[in-house]
Amino acid sequence: MDLSILPIIPIVLLVACVIGLAVGLLIVGQVLNPARPGAVKQMPYESGMDPIHDARRRFDVRFFLLAIAFLVFDVELLFLYPWAVAGRNDECRMMNDELPAGTLSNLAADIHHSSFYIHHSPVPRPPSPVPTTNRHMVFAGAMTFIALLVLGFVYDWRKGVFQWR
Amino acid sequence: MPPVLESLLKIAVLVGGLMTAAAYLVLVERWIAAWVQDRLGPNRVGVPLTKIRLFGLGQPVADGVKFLTKGEFTPGQVDKILYFVAPVAIFVAAMAAFAVVPLGSVVLPASWGFDGPVRLAVAPGLDVGMLYIFAVGSVAVYGVVLGGWASNNKYSFFGAVRSSAQLISYELPLGLGILGVILATGSLRLDNIIVEQARSGTWNVFVQPLGFVVFCVAAFAEAGRLPFDLPEAEQELVGGYHTEYLGVKLMLFMVSEFLHMILAAFLIVILFLGGWHFWGLTGSAEAVSWPVALLRVVVLLAKVMGVILFFMLARWSWPRFRYDQLMEVAWKVMIPWGLINVVVVATWMEYGVQLARPWNLSAAQGMAIVGWGVLLLCWLATTIIDPTASGNRPRRDLSVNDNCSE
Repeated sequence: MDLSILPIIPIVLLVACVIGLAVGLLIVGQVLNPARPGAVKQMPYESGMDPIHDARRRFDVRFFLLAIAFLVFDVELLFLYPWAVAGRNDECRMMNDELPAGTLSNLAADIHHSSFYIHHSPVPRPPSPVPTTNRHMVFAGAMTFIALLVLGFVYDWRKGVFQWR
Repeated sequence: MPPVLESLLKIAVLVGGLMTAAAYLVLVERWIAAWVQDRLGPNRVGVPLTKIRLFGLGQPVADGVKFLTKGEFTPGQVDKILYFVAPVAIFVAAMAAFAVVPLGSVVLPASWGFDGPVRLAVAPGLDVGMLYIFAVGSVAVYGVVLGGWASNNKYSFFGAVRSSAQLISYELPLGLGILGVILATGSLRLDNIIVEQARSGTWNVFVQPLGFVVFCVAAFAEAGRLPFDLPEAEQELVGGYHTEYLGVKLMLFMVSEFLHMILAAFLIVILFLGGWHFWGLTGSAEAVSWPVALLRVVVLLAKVMGVILFFMLARWSWPRFRYDQLMEVAWKVMIPWGLINVVVVATWMEYGVQLARPWNLSAAQGMAIVGWGVLLLCWLATTIIDPTASGNRPRRDLSVNDNCSE
C-alpha cells in the first residue's frame, strides 16, 4: 500500500489509535473503580445549594447574531485561501507583470483554466506563447473581495452586532 | 519497512510523547506558579516506597494513578451517551490535529530499514495541512458544548455557552493571521512554510509582526489560556463545562487542554518563528542526514518549550478579561488588525519589489519596515479609539438621579 497516493490513511490510523486509547482509558477507569452512587452524589453540583430546576430551560443566547456573523465571515475567509495559495505558485509567478491592463478579453477562458486547477492537475497545460491572465486583475479581484468583506463588517459594526448587550 | 508499520511507529512515538509532555507540563506549570507566587511548589513526590524526592518528578505519575483510581460514578441528571462522548471527542480532536505537524525536517535514510527519506510527521503527504488543523481544531467546540449540555448543570451550561462564543469568535483572527503567512509562502503545508523561512533566512515574525500579534492572541484564546480562560472561570463557574466530570473523563479534558496549548505553541513556532531553522546552526537544505536532523528537532522543541513557558508566565501575569471585553477584543480589534495585515502583505507580495527599488532595499527589508510601521499605526489607532473601553461606558444621556431616585 503506497501511502503517498492516499495521505489520509495515516490520519485514519492515528484517529483510530487515539479513540482506542481514550475508550480504553475510560474502560480501565470503570473496571478499577466500580460506581458507588449515593443520593447526594447523584445531585448536580451547584455550590452546595439544592438545584431549583435542571438546566434544560430556555436561555437567552446573546451572541446569536455573532454566531451568524461568524458563519458569514468564516466562509468568506475560506474563499481567500485558494487565492493565497494559487497567487504564489510557479505558474502564477511566471505571469507577465508588464502586460497592459487592456488584455482582458481572455478572462473568461482563464476562469476555465485558472491556475489553481492547472497546478494540481497531473497533465501540464501546453505552454502558451503569451500569458493569458493579467496579475493585476487577479490582485484587483482579491482586493475587491476583501473590500466587500470590510463593507459587511462595517455594516455589522454600525448595526451594533458586536455590542455586548 | 512497510509504510503502514512506519506510520504506526510514528503514531506510537507521537501519542506517547504528547501524553508524557502534557503530564509533565502540568508539573512545569505548577512550578512556575510557585515561582511567580514565591512558594515552593510540588517537590515531594519522587520514587515510591523510598525517601528519594527527585524534585517532585513523580508528581505527574501520582496524579495519573489518582485519576485512574478515582471512583467512577455518573451523576444522575446527565445525558448518559453524550456525557461520555464529550471527553473522547475533545481528546481525539486535540490529538488528531498533530497528524500534520512536522516535528523536524526530512531525514535522509540511515538504512535502519527505511528505504526513502523519512518525514517526521504522521501524515506528511497532506497538501492541505493548515486547513486540516483548522477543521480538526473546530471539533474541540463540539466537545466543550456537548460536555456542558450533557452535564445538565447550570454552571456547566453557562461555561459551554461562553466557551462556544469565545472559540468561534477567535477562529476568525486565527484564520486572518495565518492568511498572511500563506500569502508569503504559497503553500498550506507546514514543512513548506518552514523551508521557505529557512531558505530566505527571514522568519515571518520579522516581516509580518501584525499577523504574529493577531495570531498569538487568537491562539491564546483558542487554547483557553488564562487571559482568555472564561470557559472555566473558577471563581464564577466552579469548573465551567467540566464541573460534573471526574476521574478518567476529567483527565481527558485536562490533557486536551494542554494538548491545545502545545499545538498553539507548535503553530506559533512553525508559522512565525522559523520552525527548526536557526541562523548558522541548522542550515537551510530541505533534507539532511540524521545528526543535523537531530539538531533541528532539538532547535524546534526548544523554541516550542520557550513559547510554552511564555504561555505559562502570561497565565500568572495578567488578570482575566471581562466577558464583553473579550468579545470586543476579538471583533473590534483583532479582526480589523487581521484584515489590515492581509491587505498589507498581499500588496507587498504583489508590488514589493517595485516599491522597495527606489530606496535600495530588498523586498524583505521593505516588508519588515512596512510591517512594523503598520503595527505601530494600528496600535496607536487602537489606543486612541479603544473600542473595548469606549464601547460600553455608562450611558451619559441618562441622568444619575433617574437610576437612584427610588
